[in-house]
Amino acid sequence: MPVFYGTDVPSRLMLGTAQYPSPAILAEAFRRSGAGIATVSVRREAGGESTGAGFWTLVRDLGVHVLPNTAGCHSAREAVTTAEMARELFETDWIKLEVIGHADTLQPDPFGLVEAAAALTKKGFKVFPYTTEDLVLAERLLDAGCEVLMPWGAPIGTGLGLTNIYGLRTLRAQLPDVPMVIDAGLGLPSQAAQAIEMGFDAVLLNTAVARSGDPAGMAEGFARAVEAGRLAFDADPMEPRDMAAPSTPILGKAIL
Amino acid sequence: MKITVNGEPREISTTSLEDALRELGYGEAKVATAVNEAFVAAPARSGMTLEPGDRLEVVTPRQGG
Repeated sequence: MPVFYGTDVPSRLMLGTAQYPSPAILAEAFRRSGAGIATVSVRREAGGESTGAGFWTLVRDLGVHVLPNTAGCHSAREAVTTAEMARELFETDWIKLEVIGHADTLQPDPFGLVEAAAALTKKGFKVFPYTTEDLVLAERLLDAGCEVLMPWGAPIGTGLGLTNIYGLRTLRAQLPDVPMVIDAGLGLPSQAAQAIEMGFDAVLLNTAVARSGDPAGMAEGFARAVEAGRLAFDADPMEPRDMAAPSTPILGKAIL
Repeated sequence: MKITVNGEPREISTTSLEDALRELGYGEAKVATAVNEAFVAAPARSGMTLEPGDRLEVVTPRQGG
């Protein structure tokens, strides 16, 4: 199982906590997913409200590691301040670092991402950067102090799966010892299995489970997919080939 | 004095951040704060003096992906 910043994680599936039809369905989806990490966020609260306290109780009862995010931040400065507020609220130095560079595609801003990762590492954070499959950016993030990378499969919320197989394969091959999580863009368990088959350490998703017709069922589907994917990865898959090769022996076939 | 709280104009009668949070109804709520885009840790709230026009952000745990 993956190790992130020295912490053993019990599952290759990481789940977001947003967009579920109800808190009860969220809890059931987590139970059936076996996920060991839940992503959360911080948002404004009006005086006299206790929305945050209720949600915090729900998350604590899940019994999983909490990974706060800086979702919606468009600058390094904004992301750093958000991370500091999240660290105090959730009592963890883990942070899923999002610095968004493009409003429509939610593509990471590679420059702001590196700047924020360096600043947060200096402040003692353990940074999980939401990044692209760009190898040079990955190296800059490692230089900035990141020990885990979270390349996207596809833009957030699209469910398109792994849209740049070549780029992801290159990234995995060039940085074989860096724990990597495919974060965002997965829509189906088969896509999660594909990511794990390629050697990625885990997958992180939210919409695919939360917005499905049966979040708990889909969560279990993803759990089985990542398990299958890892069994396949460990089993050293066959090399694909262009020409057919009969699997049934030719020798001994009756001549008719 | 007038300050901005989570993007909305508010009038407060106290100057320390700790007292302002109480006055604004946060009491013992689990919140984190930033003033003028800079994080203010919970232990530093009593020593933080607000000025007119300051921008206060008050956040709490919420669902995220």
